[in-house]
Amino acid sequence: MIPLSWYLIFSAALFSIGLFGVLARKNVIGMLMGVELMLNAVNINLLAFWSYLYAGVNGLVFVAIVFVAAAAEVAVGLALIISIYRRKRTVVPDEVDGLRG
Amino acid sequence: MTINDLNTILPLVVLAGWSVVVLLADLWIPKDRKGWTAALSAVGLVVVLGLTLARGGTVQKAFFGTVLVDGFALYLDIIFLVGGLAGIALAYDYLKRMELERGEYYPLLLIAISGMMLMTYANDLIIVFLALELLSLPLYIMAGFARFNLQSEEAALKYFLLGSFASGLVLYGVALLFGASGHTDLPGLVNTMRAGTGNQALFLFGAALLLVGFSFKTGIVPFHMWMPDVYQGAPSPATAFMSVGAKAAGFAALMRVFVTVFPSLSDDLTPILWALAAITMVVGNVLAISQKNIKRLLAYSSIAQSGYLLMAFVPYANAEVSSDSIAAMLFYLLAYTLTTFGAWAVIIQMEQQERRGLEVADYAGLGKRHPWLGLAMTIFMLSFTGVPLTLGFWGKFYLFSTAVEGGFVGLALIGLLTSVVSAFYYLRVVVVMYMQPGDPPVKQNRWVNLTALLAAAVVVGLAFIPGSVLDLALQAVLQLQ
Amino acid sequence: MLVEYIPLLIIFLLAFFVALVVQGLGAGFGPRRPTERKGQPYESGMVPYGPGTRRISVRYYLVAVLFILFDIEAIFILPWAVVYRDLGVSGLVLMIVFIFILEAAFVYAWKKGALEWE
Repeated sequence: MIPLSWYLIFSAALFSIGLFGVLARKNVIGMLMGVELMLNAVNINLLAFWSYLYAGVNGLVFVAIVFVAAAAEVAVGLALIISIYRRKRTVVPDEVDGLRG
Repeated sequence: MTINDLNTILPLVVLAGWSVVVLLADLWIPKDRKGWTAALSAVGLVVVLGLTLARGGTVQKAFFGTVLVDGFALYLDIIFLVGGLAGIALAYDYLKRMELERGEYYPLLLIAISGMMLMTYANDLIIVFLALELLSLPLYIMAGFARFNLQSEEAALKYFLLGSFASGLVLYGVALLFGASGHTDLPGLVNTMRAGTGNQALFLFGAALLLVGFSFKTGIVPFHMWMPDVYQGAPSPATAFMSVGAKAAGFAALMRVFVTVFPSLSDDLTPILWALAAITMVVGNVLAISQKNIKRLLAYSSIAQSGYLLMAFVPYANAEVSSDSIAAMLFYLLAYTLTTFGAWAVIIQMEQQERRGLEVADYAGLGKRHPWLGLAMTIFMLSFTGVPLTLGFWGKFYLFSTAVEGGFVGLALIGLLTSVVSAFYYLRVVVVMYMQPGDPPVKQNRWVNLTALLAAAVVVGLAFIPGSVLDLALQAVLQLQ
Repeated sequence: MLVEYIPLLIIFLLAFFVALVVQGLGAGFGPRRPTERKGQPYESGMVPYGPGTRRISVRYYLVAVLFILFDIEAIFILPWAVVYRDLGVSGLVLMIVFIFILEAAFVYAWKKGALEWE
């Protein structure tokens, strides 16, 4: 059996990669992918806890809800990115700098 | 699930269902009659407000204890629903004038309010997350509602990226809490904390992640960077709505979760909260001074208000003070809501095509040419500052006095000093309105006017009976525990 | 323990070597007579036209996003289907309500013209 801690370390690493992606990427699509990595890292974490420690329905239900919320977020995010790309021809936020102060 | 469960959260069910109905009805409403959509949404909100009031504050649980309705939820729901009505009143004429008129705005607003109401009912961290998404997603779209304006799209994109990032942090916090205790429901978490079983390190880490995530949502320094840009870029009615709704919902979640679950972590968390509150008050107020754009000015002011609200949180673990301080926070939220909607109502009447009329200098002469609007704006600015005879004064008074009561004299002093600093930029608006010559073009609209004047009247009127408002807030809190 | 995964490792290694051997045989013994036509990118036997990095219509993204949204809802329907006998009438009613809410979104997308390609 793989010990629980491996899953936790893996999901923490995945979360950190996602976090790094959001903070360091210049490309909005890359940032969006970072957010998705974060959410999926949480899913792994939840499922690991659920299957090793706390059998019950809570963990599973939560994972399902996280899935759906993540999909909804991507839909909104992609729509915004496409809309901004059509006007500005870029997906790099630093080049979209109408707001300063 | 039974009918009883649905009956317990009937107002929420009706509101969510109504938002779907309005969304569909809007498809068959012709383009030049979008007033019907607004009216339909407003009727729905009034009905739901009636149902909420009829339900009262009796404590009821539903859906296996994941949802809890109590006085705390009642108090905040009324704020959200009235805020929704004000949001519609502000939006209708503005959207028409700026040629943004699309019916989807109103269903989105209703869905966001459903999320906020769900947040107040949440007795389970799964529901907290669900409500957070439900209220955030419509707000992202509303921020980008001016699709032909690049600033608005940029604001929406920034809001979306930061918001979903914050959701990720909240979620990871919840996962760690689940790992520490095996529970996502608040009573289960409380029991594990009390029993001392469960992994303390995971608890602390999870609580910290929740705090950071919600700090992003409510605009607490150092997680506030997105706020000025988003506030400036989003269409003004959307900004008004999100500055009240998202903030109040975020604080509602923090209140519910932290006060019930985490009192035993206060040794570690209280200093952090103290520092966050202090730095938020200082940074928000100091950065607001140099702002020339009124929307940015109010954004920094809103950050500063988050600091004041957070101040009530610092003694959250002290059982003797916490109910008082949270009542003070609820009181302050009411004052903040009324004042914010009023101020934005004036700003919306001043805003012209292509984002002109948004500089503070554009307000020159408003006080002489439009005495009523000038008077209303003066009242709001005084209320933000916390000058006596306004609701804002009592809000700050109660906040500071509970902070002193909890033994945080230094924090109350910082609050007092930063309030003095804030007078500098709030009163500058008043000075410009009355002392400088000018003839600002004002686009009057009766609904926006009504919102501004009503808010001004209530801000002044309730200031004469602060005790009874505080009693309401106190009752709301007593049922929280 | 990790020992349980050794067969998996063997399969991976075997697959890798087989691929390597086949590629090596082809490269070593096969005739090599390049013509212009053979050097072109392979596109299912058709004559290739235009570069492969051609821009895809924005409508494609719209359909893709709609697909994600409606597809992911199945995650709620599947667990329901497993236990729907135990849930009885109330479960059926709830699922009908859920489907109706989905249908509302579908009607909205349809009426807004999101499903029309032209």
